[in-house]
Amino acid sequence: MTEPMTGIATTQVTKAYPGSERPAVDDVSLHIADGEFMTFLGPSGSGKTTMLSMIAGFTPLSAGSITVDGREISRLKPHRRDLGVVFQQYALFPHLSVARNVAFGLTQRKRPKAEIDRRVGEVLEMVGLSGVRERFPRQLSGGQQQRVALARAVAYEPRALLLDEPLAALDKRLRDQLQREIAHMHRELGMTFLFVTHDQQEALTLSDRIAVFNEGRIEQLGTPAELYERPGTLFVAQFLGESNALRLRPGEVTIVRPERVTLHTGTESVAAGQQRRSATVTDVVYVGDHSRIWLRYADGARGCAVLGAGTTHEHRPGSEVVVAWHPEHEAVVPDAEGNPK
Amino acid sequence: MTAIRPAGKPRARAHWLLLPAAAVLLVVFFYPLATILWRSIAEPEFGPGNYLAVLGDAVALRVVLRTLGTALIITAVTLLIAYPYAYAMTLVGRRARGLLTLLVLMPFWTSLMARNFAWYVLEQRGGVIERAFAAIGIHGVTLLGSVAGVTVAMVQVMLPFMVLPLQNAMLGIDRGLLHAAGSLGAPRPTAFLRIYLPLSMPGVLSGVSVVFIMSLGFYITPALLGTPQQALVAQVIGTRVNDLLDFPGAGALGAVLLVITLVVLALLGRVAGPVGASMTGGGDRG
Ligand SMILES: Nc1ncnc2c1ncn2[C@@H]1O[C@H](COP(=O)(O)OP(=O)(O)O)[C@@H](O)[C@H]1O
Ligand SMILES: [Mg+2]
Repeated sequence: MTEPMTGIATTQVTKAYPGSERPAVDDVSLHIADGEFMTFLGPSGSGKTTMLSMIAGFTPLSAGSITVDGREISRLKPHRRDLGVVFQQYALFPHLSVARNVAFGLTQRKRPKAEIDRRVGEVLEMVGLSGVRERFPRQLSGGQQQRVALARAVAYEPRALLLDEPLAALDKRLRDQLQREIAHMHRELGMTFLFVTHDQQEALTLSDRIAVFNEGRIEQLGTPAELYERPGTLFVAQFLGESNALRLRPGEVTIVRPERVTLHTGTESVAAGQQRRSATVTDVVYVGDHSRIWLRYADGARGCAVLGAGTTHEHRPGSEVVVAWHPEHEAVVPDAEGNPK
Repeated sequence: MTAIRPAGKPRARAHWLLLPAAAVLLVVFFYPLATILWRSIAEPEFGPGNYLAVLGDAVALRVVLRTLGTALIITAVTLLIAYPYAYAMTLVGRRARGLLTLLVLMPFWTSLMARNFAWYVLEQRGGVIERAFAAIGIHGVTLLGSVAGVTVAMVQVMLPFMVLPLQNAMLGIDRGLLHAAGSLGAPRPTAFLRIYLPLSMPGVLSGVSVVFIMSLGFYITPALLGTPQQALVAQVIGTRVNDLLDFPGAGALGAVLLVITLVVLALLGRVAGPVGASMTGGGDRG
């Protein structure tokens, strides 16, 4: 494999913390293109933070290498890497005003005072916080603090921005709002973003590509649509949203997403060439813009169908239905039980 | 964004809980203090005579200055030892931290006299310390009877008063802040000076106040390990009371010491004010 010239590349990066039996990050190679929005998605403990902090320089590698634009950085101190980092707990300096927090990176780079002032104003305006320059972090809400942290991390125009679960400490409404602001910042700045989250919805909404982490390894890497529609493993299928996981043939599992199935009261209405399976409705949940029909198949497998808001239906818990889908919407993955990790 | 604080009422009602402590303080502290201060201006005749005597007495002034200097040195040395010690305590695991706490609290578990005599034995002519220095080629180091000897012994007993507030302040510092400073381009020493040190200042200031003020009043250690030629204020007060029966004069000297202490406290309070305010100022996290 030839070394990619621009962007961030990791080659066979491994981290084994002393005293733990399996590595926290295990042989991870990936390439983040210049300007890309890349997300590390995975459950807690899957090694996302460890991976990010090796790129940022907070954690030394056990093996492997990391390059930025072809330059090896894995042995550089964090302050020599020219990356911006946003933390889950904001990590604002409590004894410095908002303006001085945001100016910190510029001050370290010995920029002229006038330029620092101008730039601090610009980035605070970008995050909608021009009015709080002289406040201290404690005087701001969580959402405002995270906006200041974002402004601080991009103020000195680093080569890339790394964000470790930046929205996890915020409530739902703020999270959605900041999600949009982060997407907007990414477009506006054209900067490479590396975003870490355990929230699949967040990952699908924001990312150009997603690397799904499981037990220190990348399970699958692809665009949100690829991962959602064509999961490569049962883990990815189950981690990214609901699915109908059917064991139709031994050793493999057929995955069909809830939006891809139709429900019928008999087999007559099912179009020719479609796959069909009978199931029992266990629950019907009306969510406003759609309804979720929860299903149990004859072999005990659980499933789900999504019906759009306009659809009228008479499905009630206990009804017998026929679930149908087009074979091209299937994804077939190895059965984890016959293929243990 | 306004802070939600407990309402004033329950706090006001809790005031009577302080009554017993206030009563004890009144009888055993303020009453004697008032008596001494009264006698220092009322005897042998009413007026500032005792104070003029103290301020006009070159020996007494030299003792006060020496006491201030010694307390300053003890405070500085204690801080220099305690800061890295407390820092190390925040880095190690729970068990090692327990052990380090135990070590620093040791002086509390040995009796004052036993500890001072132990230092006496270590510091005396031909003692362990002198022989240890001789072994590495430095001869004639007798700490007994010197300011250095007094300082060493006082630093040991002052260490917990410095280490504990420092450690307390340091445990409250999010180490993620150092990572943040690093990612923003600050090398380690800069991150320490710009972030860690200022955030540990409340601990430094409270440790420094306690150690400095306690060092001003040391009596037994300088009496035993120092020399009469280099006496500190507490010894001189003791001599006036015990040998000369000069209560008013001792009271005047005590009052001078008290005023110095209050001035130091006020100065440290002024420094601590802005540091504390910037970190706790305004409302709580919203
Ligand atoms: N400093 C550390 N020392 C030892 N083990 C650690 C340390 N940090 C993380 N780990 C372990 O490494 C694994 C991955 O952790 P982490 O990278 O934090 O995962 P994530 O961010 O995906 O939740 C976990 O099993 C965790 O317990
Ligand atoms: Mg994490």
